[in-house]
Amino acid sequence: MNALAARRRHPAAIAVLLLLGLLVTGGAYSFLAPKDANAAAQSAAADDVANGKDLFIANCATCHGINGQGTKSGPSLVGVGAASVDFQVGTGRMPLPGPNVQAPDNKVKFDEQEISDLAAYVASLGPGPAVPEEKYTTVIKPGTPEANKAIAEGGEIFRVNCAMCHNFAGAGGALTRGKYAPPLDGVSPKHIYEAMVTGPQSMPVFNDSNLTPEAKQKVISYLSAQENQTNVGGLTLGNLGPVSEGLFAWIFGLGILIGCAVWLGKKAA
Amino acid sequence: MSTTNETRPAEALRTGDRQADERASATKPLGGIAGWMDDRIGAAKGVSFLAKKVFPDHWSFMLGEIAMYSMIVCLLTGVFLTFWFVPSASQVVYDGSYVPLQGVTMSDAYRSTLAISFDIRGGLLIRQIHHWAALIFVVSVFVHMARVFFTGAFRKPREINWVFGTILSLLACIEGFAGYSLPDDLLSGTGIRAMNGFMQSAPVIGSYLSYFVFGGAFPGEAIIPRLYSAHVLLIPAILVGLFTAHILLVFLHKHTQFPGPGRTNKNVVGYPLLPVYVAKAGGFFFIVFGVIALISAVVTINPIWAYGPYDPSPITAGSQPDWYMGFADGALRLLPGWLEFETFGFTWSMNIFPGSLILLPLMWTIIGVYPFVEAWVTGDKREHHLLDRPRNAPTRTAIGIAGISMYVVLFLAAGNDLMAIKLHLSINDITQTLRVLFFVAPPVSFWITKRICLSLQRADRQKVLHGRETGTIWRYADGRFEEIHAQLTPEERWVLVQHESQEPLQLTAGKDANGVDTPIARKQRLRAKFSRFYFKDRVAPPTPSELEAAHHEHADHGAALDGGHEAIEPAGAGQERETIKADRQHD
Repeated sequence: MNALAARRRHPAAIAVLLLLGLLVTGGAYSFLAPKDANAAAQSAAADDVANGKDLFIANCATCHGINGQGTKSGPSLVGVGAASVDFQVGTGRMPLPGPNVQAPDNKVKFDEQEISDLAAYVASLGPGPAVPEEKYTTVIKPGTPEANKAIAEGGEIFRVNCAMCHNFAGAGGALTRGKYAPPLDGVSPKHIYEAMVTGPQSMPVFNDSNLTPEAKQKVISYLSAQENQTNVGGLTLGNLGPVSEGLFAWIFGLGILIGCAVWLGKKAA
Repeated sequence: MSTTNETRPAEALRTGDRQADERASATKPLGGIAGWMDDRIGAAKGVSFLAKKVFPDHWSFMLGEIAMYSMIVCLLTGVFLTFWFVPSASQVVYDGSYVPLQGVTMSDAYRSTLAISFDIRGGLLIRQIHHWAALIFVVSVFVHMARVFFTGAFRKPREINWVFGTILSLLACIEGFAGYSLPDDLLSGTGIRAMNGFMQSAPVIGSYLSYFVFGGAFPGEAIIPRLYSAHVLLIPAILVGLFTAHILLVFLHKHTQFPGPGRTNKNVVGYPLLPVYVAKAGGFFFIVFGVIALISAVVTINPIWAYGPYDPSPITAGSQPDWYMGFADGALRLLPGWLEFETFGFTWSMNIFPGSLILLPLMWTIIGVYPFVEAWVTGDKREHHLLDRPRNAPTRTAIGIAGISMYVVLFLAAGNDLMAIKLHLSINDITQTLRVLFFVAPPVSFWITKRICLSLQRADRQKVLHGRETGTIWRYADGRFEEIHAQLTPEERWVLVQHESQEPLQLTAGKDANGVDTPIARKQRLRAKFSRFYFKDRVAPPTPSELEAAHHEHADHGAALDGGHEAIEPAGAGQERETIKADRQHD
C-alpha cells in the first residue's frame, strides 16, 4: 500500500488510471452485454414459398403487413423482388432492430435456405428483380489485357455513377439528415449487384437498361481489384481524402517535430 | 500619451543581475584558405558577425525553423518532380503499370504523375515527401505565427516582419493549392472547378475573370500549364525572396527572448550561432527531413491513382481541399443558399462570394494590421525584445483565441460530411450547429480565455507573495493543520514579477475654452475606450514593498510559532490565507 501511495503523484498515474478504467469498463461491457438469443426458425419445409411465408409472418409482418402490403411502419413489399430480400436480409439490414434514419448492415439473422425461402415468398407477391445469375456476380480477375480493360472500364463507371456518394475508394460518404452511403469493402459481389438493381434506402436504381449486367460486373470487378491491391503508398488513413491527411499532419507531423524541438531545446550546449 | 508606466517597480529586483559588457574580441589576421577568401571577397567581418550572433534557447523558437526546413524539403523534392511531371492537359491513353487505369483516356499531367508514382524509381516516395512536407510546412507556419502572436513578438520593431510573415503564410496556402491542383486527378480537378466557381461568384466581372484565367471555358487546356508556372516559378520566387527578407530581419532585430533573470530589452541571453546553433539548427534540419521522410514512407498521401483522372462529370464523396484551405471550404458549406439574388440582370452569389473571394483577403488583412492596431491602442512607442507571457496580456491572448475559435469552426465545417458518418450524426444538424457556433464561439472563448489569464496572473501573484504550495500538510500536537509553502528562488520569482502592468488610458481635458469638444478629444475618447477594453481588468505584479511586507509578516509568524509553521485558521470572510516561508529541513 505504501509503495502504491508513494507513486500516486507519479506523472504516469493519471494515464494508468484512465487506462485501467477503460479496460475495466470495456471488459465488463463485453462480459455483460446481451448476447443474441438463438433465432427460433423452423426449417425443412417442402414448399419454399410456404416456409417463406411462415418466416415472413413470424419476423417481418409486424412492419410490412401480414400479406406484405405494407403498414405505417414499413413499406409494401409487393414487386420488390427476390433480389431485394436477398440483399436486405442477407446483409443483416432486415429485420430492422429499431426505427432509425437508415437500416445499418448487421449480423445476418437467417441461414441461406431461410433467406431464399423468404425471397421466394416475397417474389411470389408480385414480379420484381430476381437474385442475379452467378455469371454476372463472378469477379473478373486482373491479368489478361481484356480483364484489365474491363476493370478499368468498371472504374470509369464507378467514378461517374457511384463515387459521389460512396467515395472514390468505396469508403462511404454522408448523405442528408444522418443518412449515409455505406462503405463497400467486404461487401459480397452478389450483394453489390443486388443493391444496384434494387436501390435500397437512399440509393438510386441502376436497372439493366441503365447499366447492363456486364457493366455491373465490371464495377464489381473494379471494386474487388481495388480492394485486393497492395497499398503502394503505405497506410491509407481510411481513404477519406485530405481531411484525414490534414489531421495526421497536425497530430503526428507537428507532434513529433515539436517533441524533437523540445528535446533539442533542453539539450545543453 | 502612453499606457505604460515607465518606472517599473520590479526593476529594483534586478540590481546586481547585469553582467559586465562583453569585451570586444581582438581582431587577428586570418590564414590559409579563409585568409585567401577574405582577401578576395572580404566576408570575414560579416561571417564573424553572424557567427557571434546569439540566439536564445526555447523549443517554441524552433517552430519557424520547422517551417523553413520543410520549405527547403519541398524545394528539393519539387525539383525532382519537375524532371518527370508534364504540365499538359493534352489527352493520352494510359498504358503504364497501374492495372485499374490501363486503357483509360487521361491528361498527360495525370499520366506523368502516375508514372512518377508507379514507374519511376523512388518517385512515389519523393511525391509523398513533397506533399507531406507541404502540409507540415503550412502547419508549422501557422503554429509559428500563433507563437509570435501570443508572446507579443510582433511589437516594435518587428511589425514589418510580422507583415512579411503574414504574406508568407498566405503565399504558402496559395502555393499549396496550386500544387494540389496540378496532377489533374479527380480531386484536384474538383478543386480547380471550385476555383472556377469562386471566380464566377465575383459580382459582375465573375464570368470574364474566369474566362481570362482559364483561357476560355472551363476546364480548357490552359489552366494546368498556367498553374504550373505559378507553382514552380512565380510563387516560390516570391516565397523565397520574402522568406530571405524575413530571416534577415530576424538577424537585424536579434531574436526575442522570454523574460528571465539577466534578460533585458537590451541583451540576448543564449548561445552563439557558431558553433552551438549551427550544430543545433543544422541537426534539426536533418531531424525535420527525417521525420517527414519517415511519415512519407509509411503513410499514403493523396493517392491520385485511386481518385482516377479528372473528368468534369464525376465527383467523389469526401472532396475536400488540403487542410490549409479547409476553412474557406467550410465557410462555403456554412453560407446559406438563400443569400443569392438577382438584380439588374446580374446574379449576386452572396452564398459563395463572401466565403470564396472575401474571406481570405479579409482574414489576412486583419492578421496583418493587428500589430498597428495594438500599438495605437497602447500608444507604446518603445522597442520590445522581451516576450510577453500570454497570461500577462490577457486581452490580446483572448482576441487571439477568439479568432482561432472562429477559424476552427470554419475548419470543422469543411469536414462536416466526415464528422457525420464517423460520429453517426446528421450533416444538417452539424451544419446548423456550426452556423450558430461561428457567432457564439468567439465571444465565449474570448471571455473564458481572458478569465483564465487573469486567474493565472492572480495565481502568480499569490505564489510570489506566499510561496509555492507543496501539498504537504502538517499536523501539530495541539491539533492544528498547516500546509507547507516553499519560498520561490529569486530566479523563479523574477519571471513572475518582471512584467509591466498596463493601465487604461486616462482622458485629459478635451474641451476648449467654450466647453466644446475638440476634434482631437473625440479621437482620444475612442482610444481611451479601446484602452479600457484592453486594460480595464488587470492584475498588477507584486511590488517590492508588497513582497517585503508579505515576507515580513511571514517572518513575524515564523517567530511566534516555533518551527516556522503557521496554522491554517478558520479564516474569516475575505481574509487571505496566510502562509509561511519555512522550508522542511528546518524541522
